[in-house]
Amino acid sequence: MSDEVTLFIDGVPVTVSASSTVCAALLEARAIALRRSVTGEPRGPLCGMGVCFECRVTIDGQPHRRSCQILCREGMDVRTDV
Amino acid sequence: MSVPTYDVVIVGAGIVGAACAAECAAEGLRVLVVEAEMVGGGATAAGMGHIVVMDDSEAQFELTLYSQRLWEELAEELPPSVEYDRCGTIWVAATEDEMRQAERKGKFYAERGVAVELLDARELREAEPRLRRDLWGGLRVPGDGVIYPPAAAHFLLSKARAHRTELIVGRAVIEATLGGEVRLQDGSNISSGIVINCAGSSSPKLTPQIKVQKRKGHLVITDRYAGFVRHQLVELGYLESAHAASSDSVAFNVQPRRTGQLLIGSSRQYGAEDARVDQGVLARMLNRAFAFMPGLADLSAIRVWTGFRAATPDNLPLIGPYAEGARLYLATGHEGLGITTSLGTAKLIVAQIMGRTPPISSEPFLPIRFMQESAHV
Repeated sequence: MSDEVTLFIDGVPVTVSASSTVCAALLEARAIALRRSVTGEPRGPLCGMGVCFECRVTIDGQPHRRSCQILCREGMDVRTDV
Repeated sequence: MSVPTYDVVIVGAGIVGAACAAECAAEGLRVLVVEAEMVGGGATAAGMGHIVVMDDSEAQFELTLYSQRLWEELAEELPPSVEYDRCGTIWVAATEDEMRQAERKGKFYAERGVAVELLDARELREAEPRLRRDLWGGLRVPGDGVIYPPAAAHFLLSKARAHRTELIVGRAVIEATLGGEVRLQDGSNISSGIVINCAGSSSPKLTPQIKVQKRKGHLVITDRYAGFVRHQLVELGYLESAHAASSDSVAFNVQPRRTGQLLIGSSRQYGAEDARVDQGVLARMLNRAFAFMPGLADLSAIRVWTGFRAATPDNLPLIGPYAEGARLYLATGHEGLGITTSLGTAKLIVAQIMGRTPPISSEPFLPIRFMQESAHV
């Protein structure tokens, strides 16, 4: 098993440690805002433990996934909303 | 301090009480609304907010159709917070038998002047691609819609208040007497020409003899998934669930909200007084929904809650004087249709108070129907 995986963040390939959460990969790869609130405000990860729901992104076509609760997989397609 | 007197005291500021207040106030009556907890709380806040024409009986059909048209007339006045959306209903047929049922239902509606559209399996897939693919078809009722009920209750009450209706919130009524008096928990009394008990599932607490039972329901709301569902979707087996007189029942019922969120229902339980979520019933309800729409299982639910419908033995509401000539009126027992029929209920009540011919027959809804029944036993 390889120690690194490559996933796609808004179409851009990013290589991270295989044990990274999607949230960690996102923070490494780009600015902290990942999505927009109902009223259009930028939102990004806060609690890092699955409680605050602020770090949601679309993963493999599935919206509202909590990036801090999901580990990176090879070829994963991650979409932010900002 | 002198006790003010009113033409009408309305107990309960749910959507039915608010609609009655708006109609009474528009007639120039001096109205007081007394609400124990909050405006637009109770079943008004717990329900889905489906504006739906239902054909359980001719009387129910007439009241729901009349009310649905009143919502349409009101549409232009409704503030955006009410989120009125004429998304239509699709009654979904899972079996050949249910497809025959959809055809009969469609004929019934069409004969009574309601636009309907029968969908075959392919048309149903096109209309709602997320539904399971092997369904038989369905019946679309395009005139049906969705509102956000608490906002609607606030809007109706604000209409009433524009005509000098008074509102008391946070004081509980413990009795609504036949003589038109309201007793509050704090010991004070308010006298009035007429009292209308609009307290939903709490209405028997104020008027103990009335035949209203609590019927518990669960709902789930998801995160925002715009376009996932386009119509209010209800399985044709829904009426069967609504009829199950004794046992707990669940039925597939999904509603798209303006926000992109989905409401997932429904459950019905008698004898369940506890407001806590019943995990067994919730699991059955969701599994029913997943069976019709497997993709729902991958969505994120953000909240689950329960509420209590006000159910009557014949599935029709109680609208009108408690007894011939009584100063106590009832507007309760709307079960799962109170949001739809609130407007029609208010028109019937006002016609009765003012001694006018009602816009539709009020006979099937008169509370006296149960008094006569018990008198003959």
